[in-house]
Amino acid sequence: MLHAGGVDVGSTQTKAVVIDEARRIVGRSLIPTGANVVTAAQSAFDLAVAEAGITEGDVAYVIGTGYGRYKVTFGNAQVTEICCHARGAAEMFPGTRTVLDMGGQDTKAIRIQPGGDVLDFCMNDKCAAGTGRFLQSAAAALGIPMDELGSRALAGQKPVNITTTCTVFAESEVLSWLAKGKKIDDILLGVHRSIATRSIALLRRVGIEDEITFTGGVTRNQAMAPVLEEALGKKLNLSEESHYMGALGAAIIALERARAGEGAGTAQVGGAA
Amino acid sequence: MTAAATGEEIVGRGLREGKYLFAQWFMRLGQAAENEELAAYVFVMGSLVEVLRGFDLHIVFPEINSLQTAVKKVSGDFLSVAEDYGYSPDVCGYVKADVAMQLQDGRHPMGRIPRPSIAVLTNACNTYLKWAEIWDRFYHIPLVTVDVPASRSAATSGQLDEAALEADRRFVEQQLRELIVQLETLTGRPLDMDRFRQVLHDTNRMTRAWARILELNRGTPSVFNALMDGTVYLGVANALRGTPEGALYFERLVEEMEYKTAHGMGAIEDEQHRLIFVGVPCYPIFRRFHELFAEWGGSFVSSTYLWFAAGGMNLGFEYDLDRPIESLAEGVLRSVRAATDAMMFHDRALLEAIDVFHADGVVYHPVKSCRTVSTGLADSRRVVLQQRDVQCLYIESDMMDQRVVSEAQLKNRIDAFFEGLNSRRLRLQAQEAPAASPDASATRVPA
Repeated sequence: MLHAGGVDVGSTQTKAVVIDEARRIVGRSLIPTGANVVTAAQSAFDLAVAEAGITEGDVAYVIGTGYGRYKVTFGNAQVTEICCHARGAAEMFPGTRTVLDMGGQDTKAIRIQPGGDVLDFCMNDKCAAGTGRFLQSAAAALGIPMDELGSRALAGQKPVNITTTCTVFAESEVLSWLAKGKKIDDILLGVHRSIATRSIALLRRVGIEDEITFTGGVTRNQAMAPVLEEALGKKLNLSEESHYMGALGAAIIALERARAGEGAGTAQVGGAA
Repeated sequence: MTAAATGEEIVGRGLREGKYLFAQWFMRLGQAAENEELAAYVFVMGSLVEVLRGFDLHIVFPEINSLQTAVKKVSGDFLSVAEDYGYSPDVCGYVKADVAMQLQDGRHPMGRIPRPSIAVLTNACNTYLKWAEIWDRFYHIPLVTVDVPASRSAATSGQLDEAALEADRRFVEQQLRELIVQLETLTGRPLDMDRFRQVLHDTNRMTRAWARILELNRGTPSVFNALMDGTVYLGVANALRGTPEGALYFERLVEEMEYKTAHGMGAIEDEQHRLIFVGVPCYPIFRRFHELFAEWGGSFVSSTYLWFAAGGMNLGFEYDLDRPIESLAEGVLRSVRAATDAMMFHDRALLEAIDVFHADGVVYHPVKSCRTVSTGLADSRRVVLQQRDVQCLYIESDMMDQRVVSEAQLKNRIDAFFEGLNSRRLRLQAQEAPAASPDASATRVPA
């Protein structure tokens, strides 16, 4: 049976997905990227292959994506995470026309065609406000584990207004609210709202069109999707696989290339055609 | 074309000769600095070089000096000197590099630059006015600012009402006559009208040639890269404007471009995508920036930089030598107005350029250092996307400051842009020939 793989080497985490001929996810993995990007890519892929119960040699085509895509040394080709998230989102939610990918260091708003072709995209520039790093910074300032951030924010009743536009300075602002006696839950809800506001500004730049699919590492935060939905006044597509959407998109493109019998480096990317 | 000229001699000579002429110009400036000869500081938008050459003044373009520090990879050192002196990181990088050069007695990677004896400027850029005041504080020189009426609104940009134009022209002409008096006082001699006419004539030759070169780039493949090659041509266009060497250079450049057209030779190998560039180049990584596009087969066929930094040569306006001052006033009015329109109201011109150059992508490059050319680009992008089926890329960096140029971020966005362009091509192929499978080999990715 034909298999294809996608490895998404992000700034914080590396994700790998293996799919079968029927485009089903049969193996996945998620590990911290760390300092050795090449090793992280290989390890994540090995884990996904093992979960699929196959060997590396059974995977006909592998695409690397994410900032470390050129470090996927065993891969056949590289495609940006922008196109891969678009393809992954369209695969999982075929009605997707807008994708919001919130990662560790950047947030992307992507407008797509049916099938996942990218029409337009915008990203945060020169600044990590509005990304997962902003949440990490707040978590560090408040001494809260990352996996508790979402539930604590959802318990907030009176969110504070976080106005700082810099992730580093936001830490000081969080501490100043703490000093004023504000509840941690309210501060965290304010942090989430601040991120939502910045992300929605990016979405507006490409144009918000239903359906909107939320992808990336921040989807694992319980509060982010509801806060975004409240601010947008719209439901978001979200799944257990949202964190893997870039790797899934890479695997889908890899499968199409494997079927087309393409060699490494050819350029039919994200194409619905 | 001379009978003996071969393809090897012709192709690429525009770049070779341009670099040589540029180096010669800087050498003459160095000699002028050593001999303390009179020099006029001017800007590319509304340089008024023609009248200054009529007094045989050396011409200094501080914008070109500054961008050269970035091309030569030393702009960071210059910016640091100015920032240590007290200028904010937010101030225009061109201004700061110039201040640093003035603080270092004119020392520059291309040689030594003479001090200004006079500064002649227009209101094409708000920073020009404050910049010239710095020279006044340093050297107590006369500043002559020519107030050039701009387009009153987006609705009237590019649409010249002849009666209003004539009123504005007379307004500019009066100021030019005042400038001439200032120059006569500075140099101690009257304007040499014969010399002035000769300069206008040589500018006309350059303009005629440039119009032909721009026209040739509409063909496929494009014969020169508007971002990379075009910037070299622009350097000569400004530095040697109104000189016989400059005119000859552009006439020989026409020969080169016609030769390339006749032989189907493109600006880059295997042109896949025809792009229009909006903004100022990324000089700190000038060549690499070009490569990030060329590796995907992306060639810049036109650029708003060629519009607003060409001193009006792109307009095809030729001076009437029988009424030189009146005609220079009209040329300045038209060129400065077109330059500011190219920055402020370029959406319609862009749409037209997309059509005539058969472009399939537009690259917007707002820069931190210059809000004048960067403001409104997001709106322009929206208009273009609404009105044409093209891909747009919006990438921010700077024309001087390496600290805000992130190659990794740029590359990620540029790669995604080309992936989108390739997908779009496949989609269009599929629509045109639904029965046939898309030809993936028609697209290309970098090695």
